[in-house]
Amino acid sequence: MKMPGASGGARNPWYGRIGFALVALGFLVLAPATLSDFGLNLFTKYLCYAIIAVGIGLAWGQGGMLSLGQGVFFGLGGYAMGMYLKLQAAGPGKVPDFMSWSGVEKLPLLWKPFQYAWIALPAVVVVPMAVAAGLGAMVFRRRVRGAYFAILTQALAAAFVILLIGEQGYTGGTNGLTNFSQAFGLDLADPTNQRMFYFITAGVLGAMFLLARQLMASRYGRLLVAVRDGEERVRFLGYNPTVIKVIAFSISAGMAGLAGALFVPVVGIISPALLGIVPSIEMVILVALGGRSSLVGPVIGALAVNYAKTSLSNRFPSGWLYLEGLLFVVVIGFAPMGLAGLVGYGRSALDRLRGSPGASPADEAKRLEDEVVPA
Amino acid sequence: MKHRRYELLPVALLCVLALVASACGKKATTSTGATPTGTASGGGSGAMPGVVGAIIKVGDLHSLSGTMAISEVAVKNAELLAIDEVNAAGGVLGKQLQVVTQDGASDWPTFAEKAKQLITVDKVATVFGGWTSASRKAMLPVFEQYKGLLWYPVQYEGLESSPDIYYTGATTNQQIIPGLEYLKAQGKTKLFLLGSDYVFPRTANKEIKAYAAANGMTIVDEQYTPLGSTEFGTLVNKIAADKPDAVFNTLNGDSNVAFFKQLKGAGITPQQMPVLSVSIAEQEVAGIGIQNIVGQLTAWNYYQTTNTPENAKFVAAYKAKYGANQTVDDPMEAGYTAVHLWAMAANKAQSTDVAAVRAAAAGLTFAAPEGTVTIDGPTQHLYKTARIGVIGADGLITEVSSSPQPIKPDPYLKSYTWWKG
Amino acid sequence: MGSLLTQAFTGLGIGATLLLIALGLTFTFGQMNVINMAHGEFIMAGAYTAYMLQGSFGRETSLLVSLPVAFVIAGALGVALETVLIRRMYGRPLDTLLVTWGVSLMLQQLARDLFGAANVQVLTPSWLVGGVHVAGVDMPYARLFIMALVAAAVAGIWVYMTYLPQGRRMRAVMQNRQLAACSGIPTARVDRRTFFIGSGLAGVAGVALTQLGSVGPTLGTNYIVDAFLVVVVGGLGQIRGAIIAAIALGVLDAYVEWGTSASFAKVVVFVAIVAFLQARPQGLFVLKTRALT
Repeated sequence: MKMPGASGGARNPWYGRIGFALVALGFLVLAPATLSDFGLNLFTKYLCYAIIAVGIGLAWGQGGMLSLGQGVFFGLGGYAMGMYLKLQAAGPGKVPDFMSWSGVEKLPLLWKPFQYAWIALPAVVVVPMAVAAGLGAMVFRRRVRGAYFAILTQALAAAFVILLIGEQGYTGGTNGLTNFSQAFGLDLADPTNQRMFYFITAGVLGAMFLLARQLMASRYGRLLVAVRDGEERVRFLGYNPTVIKVIAFSISAGMAGLAGALFVPVVGIISPALLGIVPSIEMVILVALGGRSSLVGPVIGALAVNYAKTSLSNRFPSGWLYLEGLLFVVVIGFAPMGLAGLVGYGRSALDRLRGSPGASPADEAKRLEDEVVPA
Repeated sequence: MKHRRYELLPVALLCVLALVASACGKKATTSTGATPTGTASGGGSGAMPGVVGAIIKVGDLHSLSGTMAISEVAVKNAELLAIDEVNAAGGVLGKQLQVVTQDGASDWPTFAEKAKQLITVDKVATVFGGWTSASRKAMLPVFEQYKGLLWYPVQYEGLESSPDIYYTGATTNQQIIPGLEYLKAQGKTKLFLLGSDYVFPRTANKEIKAYAAANGMTIVDEQYTPLGSTEFGTLVNKIAADKPDAVFNTLNGDSNVAFFKQLKGAGITPQQMPVLSVSIAEQEVAGIGIQNIVGQLTAWNYYQTTNTPENAKFVAAYKAKYGANQTVDDPMEAGYTAVHLWAMAANKAQSTDVAAVRAAAAGLTFAAPEGTVTIDGPTQHLYKTARIGVIGADGLITEVSSSPQPIKPDPYLKSYTWWKG
Repeated sequence: MGSLLTQAFTGLGIGATLLLIALGLTFTFGQMNVINMAHGEFIMAGAYTAYMLQGSFGRETSLLVSLPVAFVIAGALGVALETVLIRRMYGRPLDTLLVTWGVSLMLQQLARDLFGAANVQVLTPSWLVGGVHVAGVDMPYARLFIMALVAAAVAGIWVYMTYLPQGRRMRAVMQNRQLAACSGIPTARVDRRTFFIGSGLAGVAGVALTQLGSVGPTLGTNYIVDAFLVVVVGGLGQIRGAIIAAIALGVLDAYVEWGTSASFAKVVVFVAIVAFLQARPQGLFVLKTRALT
């Protein structure tokens, strides 16, 4: 039997490795060679969302924690990066442009550490992780979970956005942080530099995917799935589910933060519109569509949904919204395994047709049982 | 065996997906590849942006979906009307204009992305677009980095002057300051500032406070509500408790509806305490409900009722194209004006090149529906006439006061001693 | 002092609005463990009903006529949603949350296509214009109307759940679904009825909201998160809890906003809720149960 996402025991590891290498080749050679500058830039953006999706897949698909506030962590990472770039652009001793419009003349204390790359860059991961760990420790300890947790994180997203907009002098308000002409001395309009950001983002995505995979293959991964399926039983076995959940939630927040940080130089803006309630749910769609129970699913979902959005929303501004809603209803209501699950289902159906001994109806039932959807 | 293939299939799918994505990206490249070829075969027009054979591509970037669509679609329509007029009059450089429309989807990062697409993929000569300050701020670095040209048609908070943007709406000294002067002249010196929580109201209120301090007016309170907020009970109570002479309203969108309804519910009338709004034009009045807002004040540069021959023509043409029950308002007029100004500048420069257009645009005048406007070369704003209006029972706004001549734009308020940046 | 009282009244008004929206949610969430994100769109449906009816019934009476009509229309929508989708997803509360969110996306776009993206107006009947002035407090009739409506709704629910057999069955299912099913209660039918009532109440709330603001496709989304918080704080399926939570949140919001700003008040309310859930993770009132999870 196979734990969803976790690697099975008897499997030849080389298949996975070769597959990963092939995909990596596609990402690192094929895409940059064939895409236009603008297309590659869009693709880099999709990859940022794929990184978030890997994190959500970990917390929700494997850990059963549905966070509807993932945008908050994405935003924390993005703002940390944006603040650093903004200060770089303003030059030493000056305040960023939007502060002077809002009447803030002196650099606020909150911004001071972000002058230094050695603080700002770790902060893009550390801050979201710390916030997630703090919130997670509080709510998981009190056994707030499931729908309660989802609603709470959604309210967190709402409150975070209101705070960002309200403190315009410190955060740039609705405009967010924008107008970055350069990052780390690199001209952001230069296609060569954008190409480099693409490679960095693709590399980070690969690393995050491997991290999630290693995690799920480890003892911790099994515990996480166990907590998802029966938190009380794990507790009775002497483990502390709070710690297990906090770790997964906080790693997923760290990934979202990292994605936010990569998003800023690529897209050139970070604003509350990117991290409120609706964008946060849209991040969940990526994972739901791709398939939450595998680790590859979220990545597929992120790329497919974003691509569909870009190509369809322009041609059919209103049609896209119907389609988005319909996809949501159909996939979650009737195919909760998502695209990745469809592939698995198609494969076993094929096996059945061929009369392969490996896929008896009993096996199929067992497989479905194994991949029980987290409630 | 089973597990292996199950793991590999998604991976393979991913490969296919990457291929598909790259294929579409490639498609974009080939379609843009056609543009330079077209230009070359267009014969002698050189590498002028947007020129493809006998047509010139121009971009139009407004929110066609989402919360801002209601306001922005109307501006887009006015711009399309102007483009029709330009084409009917022979086009630009003897070529017809072709519009590439993109949807900003009421989402600022989307505006930046679509602007980038218009400049680098569609290679348009210029872009007309934007509404909210946030969308303009998001597009600004794109236009500066990729050397594009944007015509922004909405009044805004000032303190900006990008060489790659023309601002055809009012800056603060053409709308807000005349509004304050009007209130002062009426003896309304105790003001309550109310706005949605975003950049325009906050910056505008900062300027209003500086003006008030220098002109013996008092600001009793300054309040912001989240965009889209509909709960105004507490705010109306605050207004009732503070008893200001007038409310200066920079609320945006739907919040206005709830505010005016609840203000009226509390029994506060325009006679006792007028509300001067700077974001409510004819398009918004209908949505707020005329009975809730009749008699309140607005400050703009143009109303549908503005009495010029050009306006009579503009209103008639708009109604002929889009229906007799349509209304027009200030940002629509500014969008319409922007298209004509760009066409005039490009014809004068005999080029669509951004630098050439910029050189030709300085000092250009146009008989717009609001009266004659002139492009101020250094700031790239327009000289505009300020008009204070009162909302009538028919939903139209009637002018009650106006500046004697077009006001010189001063986005940084340099000519005002009370402003210290 | 006057302003303190005024704020108490405003807080009550906000609380009443929240409660009207949250009442329906308390039922569906409490009994069926279904998080219906399309609840906001049922509110919108109610509001558009009021808008459509004002043409045929005139300014004075259309509001009263719309109340039952909106109840039925929103209720019917709810039953349709329950039959087509939610029934298939019992036991997967997070999935119903996401699916109903997809439904809400589509309903919003549908409203945009049917009624236009622009907000529309429902006229205030002349008997709701103005207000009374008691002890230095201005009480707009619109607010009093909503409060009366909430009081009526709560009283109706109380009678229904206490005296009517259908209501008692509903309570039985809420308290223990398996046992109720074993005792011969047709749980599927009870579920459908609950959904009808819960969604119908959203429609009524929608009619009431037309007196506070305008009617637009995103009307419901503005309120839905706050309403869910009321349910979470009040406790699953707890009418008492929802009443107390709604009023407490409304008053807290009003007082904090009076001293600071609207944005800050929202953040304070959120922090207060997280802190409260530390103390009582199950909400104010908890259904006594021996279940493990």
